[in-house]
Amino acid sequence: MCLSEIKKGQSVHILRIADQEIRTQFVRFGISEGSRITCLEKIPFGPFMLRHNRQEIAIGREVADKIQVEQRMDT
Amino acid sequence: MNGNNCPHHHPPHSDEPIATDAMKIVLVGNPNVGKSVFFGFLTGIYTDVSNYPGTTIEISSGSWQGHQIIDTPGIYGVSSFNDEEIVARDIILGADIILNVVDATHLERDLFLSRQLIDMGKPVVIALNFCDELSGAKMAVETDLLADLLGVPVIPTTAVNGEGMDQIADSLLLARAGLQDPELHGRLHEMLKVVGSQAEALLVLEGDPHVASRHGIVPGEEREEIYINRRNRVNDIVRHVLTVSSTTESLRDRLGRAVINPVTGVPILGLVLYVIYTAIGVWVAGDIVGITEEVIMQGHYEPWIRGLATRFISPDSIPGLLLIGEFGLLTMTITYLLGLLLPLVIGFYTVLSIMEDTGYLPRLATLVDRMMTTVGLNGRAVIPIILGFGCVQLGTITTRLLATSREKTIATVLLNFAVPCSAQIGVIAGMLAAVGGSLTLLYVAVIFTVLAMVGTVLNRTLPGKSSALLIDLPPMRLPRLENVVRKTATRSFFFMKEAYPWFFLGSFIVAVLQISGGLVLWQQLLAPVTEGWLQIPREAATAFVMGLVRRDFGAAGLTELAMSPMQVVTSLIVITLFVPCIASLMILFKERGSREAMLVWVGSWAVAFLVGGIFSQVLI
Repeated sequence: MCLSEIKKGQSVHILRIADQEIRTQFVRFGISEGSRITCLEKIPFGPFMLRHNRQEIAIGREVADKIQVEQRMDT
Repeated sequence: MNGNNCPHHHPPHSDEPIATDAMKIVLVGNPNVGKSVFFGFLTGIYTDVSNYPGTTIEISSGSWQGHQIIDTPGIYGVSSFNDEEIVARDIILGADIILNVVDATHLERDLFLSRQLIDMGKPVVIALNFCDELSGAKMAVETDLLADLLGVPVIPTTAVNGEGMDQIADSLLLARAGLQDPELHGRLHEMLKVVGSQAEALLVLEGDPHVASRHGIVPGEEREEIYINRRNRVNDIVRHVLTVSSTTESLRDRLGRAVINPVTGVPILGLVLYVIYTAIGVWVAGDIVGITEEVIMQGHYEPWIRGLATRFISPDSIPGLLLIGEFGLLTMTITYLLGLLLPLVIGFYTVLSIMEDTGYLPRLATLVDRMMTTVGLNGRAVIPIILGFGCVQLGTITTRLLATSREKTIATVLLNFAVPCSAQIGVIAGMLAAVGGSLTLLYVAVIFTVLAMVGTVLNRTLPGKSSALLIDLPPMRLPRLENVVRKTATRSFFFMKEAYPWFFLGSFIVAVLQISGGLVLWQQLLAPVTEGWLQIPREAATAFVMGLVRRDFGAAGLTELAMSPMQVVTSLIVITLFVPCIASLMILFKERGSREAMLVWVGSWAVAFLVGGIFSQVLI
């Protein structure tokens, strides 16, 4: 599924980031394909507040649209 | 050194042995890691701030034991994604020693930069800052192991209370090149033959277009691969050195979320705005400016300078009018700059610095992002808009931090069309208080509608695409007074330095218009529009023309006219949407070019009279 479909409080694993610049910026913040991220807040029709370990970031909806994620049962 | 003939800003140093004479020690770190506290500790109060050549980015430098200390903008990595990174990159390339400040509670993010610096082959010392926060976050970092894994000295510090700072001073000259990625090392060696320094070799491999073109070669395409490997190495190091004994959410984490969640975030924003309004709108713009502008400048300075000048020139002569007349360069302009603008600029920059240092600003950007995207901006544009309420020029200059030219245009237009500056807000608020709450709401609604409509139209019609929000949310922290003062002083100084010539030029133009009779002519030309179309007294035209000089002059000119409440609202709408003051116009020309500036200027005449007229025709 797409990251923009995530619900508040939900944790998912990143499968694919379909934009090189976003990929690069994410890697710097410590998030890459395979990382587990949690949605801390979600503003209706707006941006997402995400956490990976202790790193918190905010991304606009357009960014979230370019990220494929999946929910795994193991965690 | 090979004999390439490309111009270098900084010749590569890393092949040379560490000399004992004066060295360049460069501070590098992610944003909000307390870098400037280290800078202040090492350099003391005698520091030099200047724009990095060819950019608008301010770089502080100072000296420590005969060595040069240079601060760099906060960055997440060394490359050239934005102006800050480009400037930091070039300073890092010229560094002899790097003091890398790392947030101990954000190792995964910060060590990415550290590893990159080490891969560049630069001698590095790491200051592991915010160590005091580790225990509260139920975390522990094995410093010695971290130093072993990186191959460079790691000093635990708590910059806020000075802990570890002496050790930093002792260790700086012990900086050494750390353990490079062994696999990368081989590839660097190849590139090294071409570019002459390991640091530049790495940046070329990572695809930095500028560094590659300096050497006349094609940038490498291995960035993603190198980044992923570096990320994996960092994660591996963090797994070894960091233990987290609890993952429960702290109060600070909860606060960080509460300011973003609209249900709690919007009331908190309301409270923040109220505090800002009280601090700046009431206290600075009222009480402080009352003293600086009226008592000090108009009460003491202006009579003094007039007395001094009349000894040499007649006040009625043309040079006399230009220098000490109503719009005189030595009277009104100086009073405006020092008595009114300076206190407001300091006030607004203080607020901005506090919001930055607490970590509130990026969260505010997140909260308002949705709203901003309808006008083709992202949440970060909230910064120039907030500053625009202080001074439209201040906002216009700050649009530089926006990512694309498209966003800069949209933000500039909104600022110059519909954001009243603080000087004007004071007068407008006074007049609105007299007409009552419902008409005040009507005024606000009209201005917001215009703001939204202009933004939406621009977003639909301007070519290209605006950038989306992607920001780091640093932890919420109590701001440090010294840091806030330092930032505010630097920023205010640079703004004033940049803005003052335009104020003189603007005042000069207006003074010439007044002396030549041009102002009266304009008032007469405008009169039919005022009386016929806007249905407000003829004399209001004078106020509009005065608005060219200072926007609050324009608004103040209206207070003396006898008008019905609806006429008051009409005239306030017009004066708010009316063209920016002439000094702002000058900055507009400089920032956005003459074509765009003229469009904005002519456009705001049109919009002001059009909206004001429609309002008047429908409601009066």
